[in-house]
Amino acid sequence: MNLDENHFQIFGVPARFEMDLEALETRYRELQREVHPDRFARASQAEQRVSMQLATRVNEAYHTLKSPLTRAGYLLQLQGVDPEFETNTAMPAEFLSDQMERRETLGEAVAASDWERLIALSSELRIEQDALFGRIERQLEAQDWKEATATLRQLKFLEKLSEDIGEAEERMDS
Amino acid sequence: MALLQISEPGQSPAPHEQRLAVGIDLGTTNSLVATVRNGIAVVLNDHEGQGLLPSIVRYMRDGRVAVGREAEREQARDPKNTIVSVKRFMGRGLKDVTHVENSPYDFVDSPGMVQLRTAAGVKSPVEVSAEILKVLRALAEEALFGNAAGELAGAVVTVPAYFDDAQRQATKDAGRLAGLNVLRLLNEPTAAAIAYGLDNAAEGIYAVYDLGGGTFDISILKLSKGVFEVMATNGDAALGGDDFDQRLFCWVVERAKLAPLSPEDTRLLLVESRAAKEFLTAHAEARISVSLASGEAVDVTVTQKEFQEITRQLVAKTLAPTRKALRDAGLDVTAVKGVVMGGGATRMPHVQRAVGELFGQTPLNNLDPDKVVALGAAIQANVLAGNRGSGDDWLLLDVIPLSLGIETMGGLAEKVIPRNSTLPVARAQEFTTFKDGQTAMSIHVVQGERELVADCRSLAKFELHGIPPMAAGAARIRVTFQVDADGLLAVSARESTTGVQAAIAVKPSYGLTDEQITQMLRESLDHARDDVQLRVLKEQQVEGERMLEAVENALRDDADLVSAEEGGALRSELDALRRTLTCNDHRTIKSAIERVNRASEAFAGRRMDRAVKRALAGRKVESL
Repeated sequence: MNLDENHFQIFGVPARFEMDLEALETRYRELQREVHPDRFARASQAEQRVSMQLATRVNEAYHTLKSPLTRAGYLLQLQGVDPEFETNTAMPAEFLSDQMERRETLGEAVAASDWERLIALSSELRIEQDALFGRIERQLEAQDWKEATATLRQLKFLEKLSEDIGEAEERMDS
Repeated sequence: MALLQISEPGQSPAPHEQRLAVGIDLGTTNSLVATVRNGIAVVLNDHEGQGLLPSIVRYMRDGRVAVGREAEREQARDPKNTIVSVKRFMGRGLKDVTHVENSPYDFVDSPGMVQLRTAAGVKSPVEVSAEILKVLRALAEEALFGNAAGELAGAVVTVPAYFDDAQRQATKDAGRLAGLNVLRLLNEPTAAAIAYGLDNAAEGIYAVYDLGGGTFDISILKLSKGVFEVMATNGDAALGGDDFDQRLFCWVVERAKLAPLSPEDTRLLLVESRAAKEFLTAHAEARISVSLASGEAVDVTVTQKEFQEITRQLVAKTLAPTRKALRDAGLDVTAVKGVVMGGGATRMPHVQRAVGELFGQTPLNNLDPDKVVALGAAIQANVLAGNRGSGDDWLLLDVIPLSLGIETMGGLAEKVIPRNSTLPVARAQEFTTFKDGQTAMSIHVVQGERELVADCRSLAKFELHGIPPMAAGAARIRVTFQVDADGLLAVSARESTTGVQAAIAVKPSYGLTDEQITQMLRESLDHARDDVQLRVLKEQQVEGERMLEAVENALRDDADLVSAEEGGALRSELDALRRTLTCNDHRTIKSAIERVNRASEAFAGRRMDRAVKRALAGRKVESL
């Protein structure tokens, strides 16, 4: 394993959005079995250092490839595309108005401690996320980096909303 | 156990080559030491045949220190000098300590960690914990070596999963102070999962609910083909059986209409409250009958129902983190195959009931909740010490319990490493200068989930010096946060446009500096009529031997990975190191170790590379 290799190369899997998650997990475990610091508790300091570096890298690569959102972002990054999450907020008007509506629903559900509404919102969101993942997969396969980047920004937006719903659930719980 | 995919024949050492390592559960209420004997993990008993050592330390005026039952017997007579539940103070400032009002101690609010003034001087919680560890170490050495001189290869010390960096560091420091080679800090629920999982060849998603004397942890693990992967962990580092005692104590004080109590009477009544709590586990009511030093007589009866009513809130406080951990793991309770219980406080029937209701299943109680953590730690210690037998090819993947962040403008905490990241983990963050020609900057590292820095735990302030002077905003300082397998943080920094390595001055907000450790070591050894120099020398000799063995084995196994020239250079460094081992100067040994390290670095990288290629090829080790 070479620290210059990209995440896909480290795992020996093709650099594409479609991913055999089971195979990825198996590889992950095989790799960690070899490089994890627990294997080097009695090794020389030099080996312990290398072990920690590699185990850290394997973890980073695995968690990036495991989640479809970070996997898509990573594929674009390999193409030298900057998704401009911070600066580029241009989104289709319809998408934005949908999200504003959802934010309102979230606020109302929290105010009324309405669990059912919160759960309905969550599952609605998940359906849309799945649809967008389907879209980004097609765009990435077609090497349409520009469109894929636009979709990724929307997905990132939905991810944030999904996190906020999780936090609202936590607050209502305690 | 048929959990394994890869066997490593020839790696199981003959019994006489076995390196003896122990697992230590450094608990709030009791501490234990366990080891693996003939392939089976066992708790080591003391002379009286007891496995549990009360985590109580008494300091006497003549400098003597009593630990365990001897200290326990005197606690109500000498509460100020008899420290119980010291774990609650590890890595904590005075403001973080709960129940200060009912604590008889003379607290000293020193910067960072709180300290305690005793008859034998001011003591840090690290020193108090080290006293407990020293007793366990002596117990283990006697049990394992008898009269023959022997040295433990190392110890795995457990910590609550929800312990932050400061609390972990304090625990590791205590181990070092007690003369232990701490191989790993292991999270308590993970230790319980190892003991349970290996014993039952468990596969699937398991929850470990661990309610100890002073801490609560919940961990969700995936057990699959010999891999223990922690998916999420949560908890409360200041909630445990002690709090139930406190509740009952307050109830009794109220019920008996007692005037404010002296420290002695407070301790006496607390001890009685704990006894009543334990009695109520199997009985419908308990009587607390005691005559206080004040002359007052207390005689109250508490029913199980009353006790459960007054502590209901405490049980509820464990359920919110439990739901949170499930949510972080992205799981529903129905996905959980079993709930392993750890910690003595899980014996309380209403705790069992609440956990059973939440998970919709009866919790697993087939392992002794007092011992399960120490046993798991012993199993890991045995493997880490190099006694990996066939059947020990399991792997542990744990997580960081609390997010690490840095302070940004306006006192906000920006997360750098999110909670539940698998260890080891690293993140790099870029910073730039604010003013022209700025050559230094300070970075404040915090741990916690809250948005405001003030609500998180301050871990350290780092000052970076030696930044090349540039226009404001031109310098790119890349700061790397690395968390190791113990869950401990290290920080390094580099200016990336010039490649200048910035110097880092660490001021731990909690925890001890190296100088403080050395100072404590000196003080503690003065009492033992030992010699610091000798101790440090011994440490370096052990490290040197370990190094020799490791590199020689590597050279034997992968001889083809070194050129004749490189191998020759490396061997001559090894010979040099071997010669220094008999000298009396620890610095000479240390520098010889360093030279071997440098000479073997490239070789280590190639060896790892080979191991990884082998893993990727999916070949079994035995087929090579």
